[in-house]
Amino acid sequence: MKKFQARLVGALVLTLALALGGCAGEKTAGDDSQTESSSQSSSTKSPQEEGSSIVVGIPQDLEDSLDPHKAEMAGTREIFFNVFEGLVKPDTEGNFVDAVASSHTISEDHKTYAFTLREGVKFHNGAPVTVDDVKYSIERCADASEGEPLVPAFSAVDKVNTPDDQTVEIVLKNPDTEFLAYLTTAIIPKDYDQQDTQPVGTGPFKYVSRTPQDNIVMEKNPDYWGEPAKLDKITFKVLTDANAVVTNLKGGSVDMCFHLNATQIAGLGDDFRIFEGTMNLVQALYLNNKEKPFDDARVRQALCYAVDRQQVLDMVADGKGTVIGTSMFPAFGKYYMPELADVYAQDVEKAKALLKEAGYEDGFEMTITVPSNYQQHVDAAQILAEQLKAISVDAKIELIEWDSWLSDVYMDRKFQSTVVGVDASTLTARAMLDRFVSDDESNFINFNNQEYDEMFEKALGTADDAEQVKFYQRMEEILNEDAANVYIQDMADCVAMNPKFDGYEFYPLYALDMSKVHPAEE
Amino acid sequence: MKYLIKKICTLIITLLVISLLSFLAFQVIPGDAALSRLGTGATEQKRESLRREMGLDRPMLERYGSWLKGFLKGDMGESYTYSVPVSGLIREKLPITLAITGMAFVWMLAVSIPLGLLAGKFAGRLPDRILTVLNQLVMSVPGFFMGILITCLFGLALHWFTPGGYVSYQEGWRPFLGYLFFPSVSIALPKCAMGVKLLRSSVIGELNQDYVRTAYSRGNSQTQALFGHVLKNSLLPVLTFWALAIADIVASSVILEQVFTIPGLGTLLVQSISNRDYPVVQAVIVLVAGLTVAINFLVDVLYGVIDPRVNLR
Repeated sequence: MKKFQARLVGALVLTLALALGGCAGEKTAGDDSQTESSSQSSSTKSPQEEGSSIVVGIPQDLEDSLDPHKAEMAGTREIFFNVFEGLVKPDTEGNFVDAVASSHTISEDHKTYAFTLREGVKFHNGAPVTVDDVKYSIERCADASEGEPLVPAFSAVDKVNTPDDQTVEIVLKNPDTEFLAYLTTAIIPKDYDQQDTQPVGTGPFKYVSRTPQDNIVMEKNPDYWGEPAKLDKITFKVLTDANAVVTNLKGGSVDMCFHLNATQIAGLGDDFRIFEGTMNLVQALYLNNKEKPFDDARVRQALCYAVDRQQVLDMVADGKGTVIGTSMFPAFGKYYMPELADVYAQDVEKAKALLKEAGYEDGFEMTITVPSNYQQHVDAAQILAEQLKAISVDAKIELIEWDSWLSDVYMDRKFQSTVVGVDASTLTARAMLDRFVSDDESNFINFNNQEYDEMFEKALGTADDAEQVKFYQRMEEILNEDAANVYIQDMADCVAMNPKFDGYEFYPLYALDMSKVHPAEE
Repeated sequence: MKYLIKKICTLIITLLVISLLSFLAFQVIPGDAALSRLGTGATEQKRESLRREMGLDRPMLERYGSWLKGFLKGDMGESYTYSVPVSGLIREKLPITLAITGMAFVWMLAVSIPLGLLAGKFAGRLPDRILTVLNQLVMSVPGFFMGILITCLFGLALHWFTPGGYVSYQEGWRPFLGYLFFPSVSIALPKCAMGVKLLRSSVIGELNQDYVRTAYSRGNSQTQALFGHVLKNSLLPVLTFWALAIADIVASSVILEQVFTIPGLGTLLVQSISNRDYPVVQAVIVLVAGLTVAINFLVDVLYGVIDPRVNLR
């Protein structure tokens, strides 16, 4: 019995030790890091520096390369707006202001863009920015040895000259009036091969670390050439759960969140500074123009007449957002045509007549494929499906994982219709409109309109800005007339900030400028 | 000894089969890591060149072979999504998951031993009846739903914790463990119920044994008999359950991490699956499977050590 007892105790201890071994093991590890972090937190908590570090909630993890030329997600672009700069950078009005360059000239024929480097711009690793770095960055993006350049628009670059150590000349193959917009592309140090994981740029903040699915940390760049940032440290905390955003803000563990919807704003109450803007994307029911019955323009128009866009806004976002009628959103200023939003005012009778003409008098069944991770698109699809019942169209909603959407819908174009938002990576009308040219690789809806293709050729060919705007506007009209898609809205975008901070400004494209955010003055 | 070798062989084969199966699964589901990273910026050309860069253009068996070769050398490869070594990712996430499972295991022991004894001692009487009802209730609620219930009650209604307000262990040990309290309780509760039930019937069985009567006749009180003689004997069958519960706890934590938005191994696994980041998925699956198989194996061995009547063949 004694022997058994000893064995039992031994076995118990062993099991316990096994289970707790891990626990104890990382306890020490945790203790180490705690001492580390406590020294940090003691410095951030000192009274004069209170408020100089901020925690910002971001709605998704950056499952992306951090290399600015390879990063693809809008979510990565908007955060790393703080780390990287191009020769020029956009301002809040959508103009391009000089950044790494101090001035630029564009030749008469719009083929040569010349830049003078700004004095004293330094990379985050301390090295000064030289013309070689600029040349390297541009050529890296234009390098087509892998089949396609890293930045597709850079295929237009013929050569990069560096006549002296202050000047960079970019010579294009063809005249291009919009090329300045692409020169917001990040300037990075030459021959530095860790951009993927330890990115180095010239922006007001420098990258510190990323913990996947947890956070991204940035610190103030003390050597910034322009107006220095007002915050010393930013922690971007991944908050994928919509409710967690509200509770974290209220609980004070997060100071600021963006891309919030109406429900979340309502849940926050009055204690927060709320900034309202737009998402700068085109939410639409995208129709596969090659798939029956959407190969018939009359059917597409019928759908446009059948839906009440304002109702979608009212039900999904408390009426916030901007109803649109083509692939262009208001932030684009001169290209945007507000009148197109009213072309298809809801008219069920007209929709029915159009369907009858097309031979679908008794309606039809259709499938709306929606990526399930985008609640705002799922909601919109549900309301659209309900509205389409009025013209006897039976729309089934199929929820699909984002990666399956990318592969089946976007790449293979195996879908009938889908609700998503399409954004612009640069501030050019081209970024929104080129995908609907019939042979474009991103033309996932298989739109095919000869006049549209011709207009695009003309727009690219002209060196006259006013003329170009006309061509682009005609393209927008064609998308609208031909009912390429059922355009819905540019969604509302809200930013909530703890009143301890102030100073947020929206940009007309994906950019989350933290350099302007500052502790509020009491 | 022969037994040991046989067991170890099964362990290796099991792991091989599991890793091959999870690898095969990636051939079936649509999309790949290249497309996942490119998103809507994808074009056929870009996708192809990134696939080449990632080595996804090679035949499937060749990829599995090179993964296996690397893995055996201790190189788990590089994450496609984050471009960092997988081993680093796992080292970052493992403490979180281990902490949850460790805590859940402790709760399970701390609750089920006293309650099981109590229920056994008062079998058929009021405390036992209350416990039986509670047990049924808790046992029939799956862990993830328990998590949701706890979030609603203690998080949203009572504000005892901030749902989604996970604090990294790098930021502080105490708030980190504090946040993990409720998730680990959600995992432990169904296991507690099971443990109480098992221990109860085990205690009842032992109480009817001759040696207990002998103990009474030697002048032991009921409590003395219970703690001095019955306890250790009745723990024997329950021990197997506890060991196996560890594997189960690890599996539940994968799901509960989603419910409580904790960025541990489970979240890493789920995210990596949706990003088609198979080096990470492979590593996590093999790790968890290996742990489960190893614990099973250990239980077999332990059993023989505790009770010599069990003959290992």
